[in-house]
Amino acid sequence: MEVSSEIEKSRSAIELAAVIEALIFVSDEPITSRLLSEVISEDREIVETVLQALKIDYEKRDSGLQIREIAGGWQISTRTEYHDEVRQFLKTRPSAKLSLASLETLAVIAYKQPVTVPEILEIRGVQSVSAIKTLLEKRLIITKGHKETVGRPMQYGTSKDFLIQFGLKDINELPSIEDFADLVS
Amino acid sequence: MEEQIEQFTFDFYKETAHIDAGSGDQLKLTLGEFAGPLDLLLFLIKQEQANIFDIPISRIAGEYLRYIRLMKEMDIAIAADFIVMAATLIEIKSKMLLPREIAAEDGEDIDDPRKELVDRLLEYEKFKAAAEMLYERTTIEQAVFTRGPIESDENNAEINATVFDLLSVFQKILSRHTEEVMMEIHREEISLADMLKTLRKRIFDESELDLARFFDEMHNKRELVTAFMAVLEIVRTESVKLVQRTTFGTIVLRKI
Repeated sequence: MEVSSEIEKSRSAIELAAVIEALIFVSDEPITSRLLSEVISEDREIVETVLQALKIDYEKRDSGLQIREIAGGWQISTRTEYHDEVRQFLKTRPSAKLSLASLETLAVIAYKQPVTVPEILEIRGVQSVSAIKTLLEKRLIITKGHKETVGRPMQYGTSKDFLIQFGLKDINELPSIEDFADLVS
Repeated sequence: MEEQIEQFTFDFYKETAHIDAGSGDQLKLTLGEFAGPLDLLLFLIKQEQANIFDIPISRIAGEYLRYIRLMKEMDIAIAADFIVMAATLIEIKSKMLLPREIAAEDGEDIDDPRKELVDRLLEYEKFKAAAEMLYERTTIEQAVFTRGPIESDENNAEINATVFDLLSVFQKILSRHTEEVMMEIHREEISLADMLKTLRKRIFDESELDLARFFDEMHNKRELVTAFMAVLEIVRTESVKLVQRTTFGTIVLRKI
């Protein structure tokens, strides 16, 4: 017993990187460093350090894969450069994209969340009900309770799927909305 | 097959609407979608190469109405929001005709009637740019693939549940719960068998029962209907008969 725990403790950085890599690979959604540290019984700080090292390692050897931080967790995925070949092999096409109305509605929700339908209307100048329905169905947005105001309208915010589908670490990774003002003018 | 799939994909740059002003009154319209009246307005301002902070409101309003009319002619459904904007433009146009300088001389600081619209346009423009950014991001992300599904994914189905899933399940449970409550209320109501028992006891105790009085004792419509059915039933099956002594007089139930 003592011997095995000794071995556990003396795992080298390389071994740690290997086991973390394996766990990220088998997880079907981005795995958090907290969960990783629980599974392998290592300090979260150590896990984080190893993750960063792994990420650089993948980049250094020009791998076809990348390890990246997404939606608060870590994920292994292919690099964009090889999308043609991957798509050809998988026989898939780029999936249906959101309409202009849905994208605009999503942008308002992402930046103003939690936000109600009348508030979205105020910014977009057009009814967004069907766009909201589409976004809910695609699980890009979620309801965030009622606003305590006249009529108690439902509030909406972005989901974890939103972060995953748009390749974001967290919502703060979005550029500031005021930056767009500079861009526009 | 290929064309069908193409229909569902949407290209931010190619499919946004265009109107190319041709010679004279001819308008060449590239069909696409305007996301809303503000989108159309921004487009017209850019087309006229006007300054957003000094919109030539008369010209832009004219162009806007021309576009709406064109949509009508082409049988494109016009959302009410587009009409609201047309009304707003006309309102601003009429306000612009008022002699503002005179009012300002009186010491009153009168705002430019276009100010509110300009503020909205500027705010909207930011989100339109943000939408474009999201479009770019999703295009990049569609070129990224994660590994194919493996057996353990299916076995961990509960991990895939989102708040949205939970909410729909919760709503189902809630609706089931309300159904149960409704059934409980139903059970509290008096049944036909109970009503018959009551009626029989009354007739045999009092040997004669005024029907109008009996019906008056009922608390609601449902009880009244049950009582009426009980009367019909008891006359049909038991040794009880209905008696009316005078025309339009009271009807009584009597034991035979």
